[in-house]
Amino acid sequence: MNQKQNFLKGILKENPVLVLVLGTCPTLAVSTSVMSALGMGAAASIVLLCSNIVISALRNVIPDKVRIPCYIVLIAGFVTMVQMLVKAFAPSLDEALGIYLPLIVVNCIILGRAEMFANKNNILSSAIDAIGMGIGFTLALVLMATFREVLGNGTWLGIKIPVLSDNPIAIMTMAPGGFLVFGILMAVVAKLTGGKSSKKSFGCAGCPSAKVCGKTDCEQKEEAK
Amino acid sequence: MTKLIIIMLSAVFVNNYVLSRFLGICPFLGVSKKLNQAVGMSVAVIFVMLLATAATYPVQMYLLNPNNLGYLQTIVFILVIATLVQLVEIVLKRYIPSLHKSLGVYLPLITTNCAVLGVTILNITEGYTFAEAMVNSLGSGLGFFLAMVMFSGVRSRLEGADIPKAFQGLPITLVAASITSLSFLGFSGVVENLFA
Repeated sequence: MNQKQNFLKGILKENPVLVLVLGTCPTLAVSTSVMSALGMGAAASIVLLCSNIVISALRNVIPDKVRIPCYIVLIAGFVTMVQMLVKAFAPSLDEALGIYLPLIVVNCIILGRAEMFANKNNILSSAIDAIGMGIGFTLALVLMATFREVLGNGTWLGIKIPVLSDNPIAIMTMAPGGFLVFGILMAVVAKLTGGKSSKKSFGCAGCPSAKVCGKTDCEQKEEAK
Repeated sequence: MTKLIIIMLSAVFVNNYVLSRFLGICPFLGVSKKLNQAVGMSVAVIFVMLLATAATYPVQMYLLNPNNLGYLQTIVFILVIATLVQLVEIVLKRYIPSLHKSLGVYLPLITTNCAVLGVTILNITEGYTFAEAMVNSLGSGLGFFLAMVMFSGVRSRLEGADIPKAFQGLPITLVAASITSLSFLGFSGVVENLFA
């Protein structure tokens, strides 16, 4: 795989949110407005880039048995740094993201990329992979936020849209709207890709829920093939 | 006392962790297919939430705050929770093997469950006292349990339904979750008015 493919796969073919279904919690929670979606995407991308680079650099040093705790500590360190930076330079964003900013620590995308990619590849590929995945995550968030903010609030990035802002569908910015938009977007993606998701080849091993979840979704797909 | 009841009820119904705060979506979508798995997972979550709060609250109040180390919250909490879960697993395996058998598979994956880390951090940011924090954790856990059990019922109905191909699997599950969460919106405002 050359570096261009490596970069592009995160945006489309292996989009972390819409195809691999990782990091659903922040996706649903912060996609109420485009602004907070961009903020979340940027914060998570920075953490992903830093953690991928460092984990890739240390891949021969970290003992295999304790690798997950090591990754979590590294990731938590970077999240704390990002948290402090956001608090200092963008307090309004800190307010909008709230609890979801520290919760980047347990975002499956970051641990998943560390486990699936960074600990097997060199620093340059890991960095490119992280940038691609980060952009894919941000794009998916912004796409979802666009639907929710335009329909639910009648605005886009704070800009008022004439007819819609007089008749906002408030439910779209609330919890049910998040699930609904996400479900429909995933159905559209499944339709476009013909239902051939590469989830098994990528997603499960990196997800801590794989042991239990694997019995339900992933393995069934595998068996069906 | 009234305050404790209000915290409890709002944690279970109004601010339901899964359906209105979007925490713990991974197990909600992954493990809710069968009722017994859903119950096992939820009991493990309640258990770990209570333990995690009991462990992290004193750490924050007596270790981090007096030493001005509040910014280390994220790292310290995730480490405390991870160690705690590991410890609980070892203790259960040695002394209560039957319980370990039913909860064992769920315990390790709870470490990186955002609902558990979320509840410990929210307890601090909301400024709860220790008793309030424990009640909030119990309520959040029960709310998670309620959502899981309800949703596993919804999903078993979906199994026999004739669903368009593109919607099969996760998309229809999410649409169903949307409607379930819509039903929980009905609770907003109820709890505050109950005791007003």
